[in-house]
Amino acid sequence: MTIEFETPKPIVQMNAMLKTVAENMMRSTSREMDENEHAIPWDYVEFMHTAMRSMGGGGGLTVTEGKPKEGDEKRPPLGYQKLASQIEMLAWGDVGYYLITPGGGLGAAAVAAAGSPEQKERFLARFNDDKPTYAAMCMTEPGAGSDTSAIRARAVLDEKTNEWVINGEKIFVTGGDKSFNEYEKLGKGFIVVWASIDPSAGRSGMRAFVVESGTPGVKVTKLEHKLGIRASDTASISLVDARVPFENVLGKPTVEKTTTGFKGAMATFDATRPLVAASGIGVARAALEFLKEKLAENGVEIRYGLPRTKLTSIEKDVIDMEIQLRSAWLLTLKAVWMADNKKSNALESSMSKVRAGDVVTKITQKAVEIMGPLGYSREFLLEKWFRDAKITDIYEGTGQINRLVVARQILGYTGAELR
Amino acid sequence: MYSFEPNEEQQMLIDAVGKYAANDLRPAAHDAEESHALPPKLINKGWELGLLQASTPEAYGGFGDRSAVTNVLAVEEMAFGDLAGALAVMNPSLFATPILLGGSEEQKQEYLTKIIEGAWAPYTGALIEYSFNFDPNELKTTAKAEGNAYVLNGEKVFVPFAKDAEALIVYANLNGVTQGFIVKKEAVGLSISAECEKLMGINALPMYRVKLENVTAERLGGASGHDFGLILASMRIASAAAALGVAKSSLDYAKNYAKERDAFGVKIAQKQAVAFMLAEMAVELESMRLLTWEAAWKLDNGKEDAATSAYLAFTGASDMVMMVTDRGVQIYGGHGYIRENPVELLMRNGRGFLMLLGLAIV
Repeated sequence: MTIEFETPKPIVQMNAMLKTVAENMMRSTSREMDENEHAIPWDYVEFMHTAMRSMGGGGGLTVTEGKPKEGDEKRPPLGYQKLASQIEMLAWGDVGYYLITPGGGLGAAAVAAAGSPEQKERFLARFNDDKPTYAAMCMTEPGAGSDTSAIRARAVLDEKTNEWVINGEKIFVTGGDKSFNEYEKLGKGFIVVWASIDPSAGRSGMRAFVVESGTPGVKVTKLEHKLGIRASDTASISLVDARVPFENVLGKPTVEKTTTGFKGAMATFDATRPLVAASGIGVARAALEFLKEKLAENGVEIRYGLPRTKLTSIEKDVIDMEIQLRSAWLLTLKAVWMADNKKSNALESSMSKVRAGDVVTKITQKAVEIMGPLGYSREFLLEKWFRDAKITDIYEGTGQINRLVVARQILGYTGAELR
Repeated sequence: MYSFEPNEEQQMLIDAVGKYAANDLRPAAHDAEESHALPPKLINKGWELGLLQASTPEAYGGFGDRSAVTNVLAVEEMAFGDLAGALAVMNPSLFATPILLGGSEEQKQEYLTKIIEGAWAPYTGALIEYSFNFDPNELKTTAKAEGNAYVLNGEKVFVPFAKDAEALIVYANLNGVTQGFIVKKEAVGLSISAECEKLMGINALPMYRVKLENVTAERLGGASGHDFGLILASMRIASAAAALGVAKSSLDYAKNYAKERDAFGVKIAQKQAVAFMLAEMAVELESMRLLTWEAAWKLDNGKEDAATSAYLAFTGASDMVMMVTDRGVQIYGGHGYIRENPVELLMRNGRGFLMLLGLAIV
């Protein structure tokens, strides 16, 4: 190992291509999609699906290792680093669009993390079909957010038919509509529902179930109207006596007194938190670049290298924003680099999320402030990026939950010791 | 490629420096600060770790090539022990490293081997001036060319070990550009204050004021001079690295104290109010560590924006160390305010980074 900061060639090449997509297919219609909540930018969806398939990356934005050419030296794994860079660049274009990039998303991630080989084959192959296809994760409930042990959804095995019968109310399901409801232009997706098979067992009774789109008893009851990321649908889903085949449970169908079922969900978070950080960082970079461009147009130059006492207030702010943004990105890179190298990254993964959640909200807030009326006007996308950035500090574990994870890690405390 | 782990050689160095910092510097820090002196034996032991020696090519008596990244790792570990002690041990590099980076072949021949192969000796550097908006790129000390020589006028402050220094590099304004000049102990017109500087912190490091009245000096790099930007970037990165060490020390003390101290039937670390403070300190520290590593890596690889990165790392790390060391005191509560406990010295040291540029170089 060594210490190195050279952006790997495959990432440089990929970013150049994605930047064109971001400029031509995302930025151009960003405002329109923001003003028409829940409209679907089909051009982007179909283009991305075709592009990802032709590159052999079926399953949407996932961890992929390029095939080494013959004679190539063996190179270290890059999958997560590539993915984080892709996400950062797409979010720089429009984070709402990024969130509806076709593919398995968190639903497929749960299958990949906790499913058997047979389940992976059965559920994940579809993402490489002709039509763009979605999957979503249903965990949050009206009474259970960060405290997932409060989940009340229930799954009972009907031994006569060998089916699970699921009842529950799920909210804040990202992509829930496109994953569950049927669209002519979309393939048949699924949702992954977290429910308890034994409420007396607490977290060890928690299991994830794959529920195919169109399953009777399951309904998308509401699409939320949000502060930002409006191109992405956030669904409420109700399950009333929904029946799914026995084989659709991820992990063991019986309860032992361990927390493995739940740990599956938590391990998914170690992998996805830096990716959420990356998406926020893309938005903040867009805002900071816009700010610097506008300042330059107005003859304001940032004089790097001066002592603080000689800087203007705007210069100080911009310099601090650059420090925040770059350091958050490096933390994120470190977390995904660890994942690629099979190093346990629970600490770094939460650190990157804490830092990104903090800085992307601060950067976008400050950029709007500095731009004044231009920042507040909907003529420019800056005010939208301010709204879009805020979600970074909320979903995939709020900044506070992630502080708790970091604190437990550095103090060597269990959940019981530091509640 | 991206990669975030020291190599084997660097790890061995970190371990060796870390051992010295924890076993020698740390226990000595309190008394050294209070008595305004570091035991010479302590400094020599640190010198024998060979940081500068390992950064100097064989041709000049050393045994390696300079790597800013490796030096950053070493400086952090060293400063974890004690900032004043770390700066004292590494003080000869304030003279040797600028010569390595910008000196002429004759200057390298004249000084480097002597410094590298000898015991620790007081060679030093003088950058800081006594003004509220001190700016290394707009110095008030002036240099004028007179024939083949240069004549310096002005006053420098916070010059470590100046009183006994064999020679020092004085930075001065030459037609609007900062350049370093080699000034020898016996130079006419050079006067050094009798008394040490009295500062808020790092009092164990003996620092002096240096006055220059028509002092004849030799320009670093000879007639064509040198790139001061490279030296300044190396100083900023070194400061950032030292800030990491000081912050790491404060976080370390605060974490351990919070796990010991009882309140309301639990350890205070079990309270989210305190645990979150610690978590944020750790996040800030790691963020600035990576920013500093990247700046050092850019410097080593001759990247165009290395100087800007060094400036950002220095600025960010200076803010970070103030935040972390302040919280270190806060977590100790009333005990943090008592000089018997180490966190108050760390807070005093933490405040200095923005103004103490030029006391270390990687």
